[in-house]
Amino acid sequence: MALTTEEVEKVALLSRLQFTPQELASLTAELGKIVGYVDLLGEVDTTGVEPMAHAIELLNVTQDDQTRSSLTREEALANAPKQNGEGYLVPAVLGD
Amino acid sequence: MSKYTTIVGLEVHVQLATQSKLFCRCSTQFGAAPNTQTCPVCIGLPGSLPVMNREALRLSLRTALAIGCEIPPLTKWDRKQYYYPDLPKGYQISQFDMPMSEHGYLEISDAKDRFETKRIRILRAHLEEDAGKSSHDESAARGDSLIDLNRTGTPLLEIVSEPDMRGALEARAYLDELKLLLTYLGVSDCNMQEGSLRVDANVNLHLDESGERIATPIVEIKNMNSFRAVERAIDYEAIRQYTLWQESRQKIGDVPKQTRGWDDAAGMTRGQRSKEESSDYRYFPDPDLAPVRFSSEEIEKSRNGLGELPAALRARLQSEFGLSLYDAGVLVNQGRELVDYFFAAVGQGAPAKAVCNWVSQEVLRVLKERELGIDAFPISAGQLVDFIAKLESGQLPSSRSREVFDAMHSKNQSADQAMQKLGIEEVDDSALENLCRELLEANPQVVADVQGGKQQAVGALIGQAKKKNPNADPGRVRGICLELIGRGL
Ligand SMILES: [Zn+2]
Repeated sequence: MALTTEEVEKVALLSRLQFTPQELASLTAELGKIVGYVDLLGEVDTTGVEPMAHAIELLNVTQDDQTRSSLTREEALANAPKQNGEGYLVPAVLGD
Repeated sequence: MSKYTTIVGLEVHVQLATQSKLFCRCSTQFGAAPNTQTCPVCIGLPGSLPVMNREALRLSLRTALAIGCEIPPLTKWDRKQYYYPDLPKGYQISQFDMPMSEHGYLEISDAKDRFETKRIRILRAHLEEDAGKSSHDESAARGDSLIDLNRTGTPLLEIVSEPDMRGALEARAYLDELKLLLTYLGVSDCNMQEGSLRVDANVNLHLDESGERIATPIVEIKNMNSFRAVERAIDYEAIRQYTLWQESRQKIGDVPKQTRGWDDAAGMTRGQRSKEESSDYRYFPDPDLAPVRFSSEEIEKSRNGLGELPAALRARLQSEFGLSLYDAGVLVNQGRELVDYFFAAVGQGAPAKAVCNWVSQEVLRVLKERELGIDAFPISAGQLVDFIAKLESGQLPSSRSREVFDAMHSKNQSADQAMQKLGIEEVDDSALENLCRELLEANPQVVADVQGGKQQAVGALIGQAKKKNPNADPGRVRGICLELIGRGL
């Protein structure tokens, strides 16, 4: 299945990515190949096969509601590009 | 006949009262220092694996059954993808096409009969995770926003109604009833200030234009921090949409769904940045989470453990005890413990209406003034029964009942002790008659007035009677005086 440049542009916008026209062209071709590869699955005849909600047949994997210790704040913030010792700092989020 | 009908659907997010988060075991405790309750799972570090909280499932099931939902044979979780700084994984784990419950209802009624009792259909209730919080220091102008991820991953049950409410009053009734139900179920603390209960409203108008039924575009209102704010926002929005309709003639479908934020201080909704571009959430099943199947035993067990819910309790108070819907509502709204206090008193033989009046007025007043729960109220149900019996028999004049009641709760006295300390004793008929005769002889003008047809003139004697004997019951003094005058003294 071939993807259009518009489709790739939309996915890029949703993913907050910006591409040059050259990048867009090469990504459209590359993504198209990946989607085409997945399309191979369409060749399998699934008539009469019940759709699955999950790849493995596991159900009800749960844990008890008991708290365990969390990361320390220092650990949690360690990889943040910008932080003030209390929280992550990001470019202003204004309005909603 | 109004020019339009306001159509309202509500989405309510309820924080479930678990100790730990939905997919990790970090604490959900409100108010901790920022970013001290996070782990690799809830801040979305690579390689971490979410595992479903069993208690969150139990509380969701309990709630879903209480609102009459069907529980599908299988439910799964999906990734709802969007980018926002308070969503560290880049997606929220929610439920898309296979919610854990659907097709329920909540019945609303109004004790003042401003609308007819009706069922509000519930489309679905699904279990999802909460996002973090961002805050912005206004004084810092263009500075950074601070992100706190403590709340990230807290379990939320999203309860989505059908657009079955007509106007702010019905929306308020739905929210009050839902909150009361959740409180009875014990599934959430429903604290709006702490964000345990959040409401978004979808509002539009239906109008008739030369016989044609027209719907205006749907607007979603966010940022309402109290039920009162929800009412005000709906009222405001209805008028705004009607004005806009007259200018623009835009119908539903002509423009994309708009999101507006409620500004409580300004008393108005404001358009928010269009999220049209991000409306494509590209849901897909979360491969890290196994689907869940509730067994029929589990469902039955949960259903049987719901207990008597507010609607049933109100109905019973009306049918078995003859209370009005209003009175039943007052008791039920205070919680099961207060209703049990009422049951205990009535069970010991006191008349239901009298108990209801004392409980819903004086008992509630004292509880509020003294900031007590009914469990700590000094007057036991048995003592209240005794007190009411004395009042009903006339042993305690109604004019002095409040004094006795106050002494009972403030000094931990029984009705007998309080009456004794206050010097209250029943005045027997002959003593009362002598008192009245004395007063009439001293006040010939009153007698003349009454004989002249002015019965209310007797009122002047009641104060004097109470001065001479504080236990004299005003009603009886009045009756005896009139009788004596009628007999010619
Ligand atoms: Zn965590």
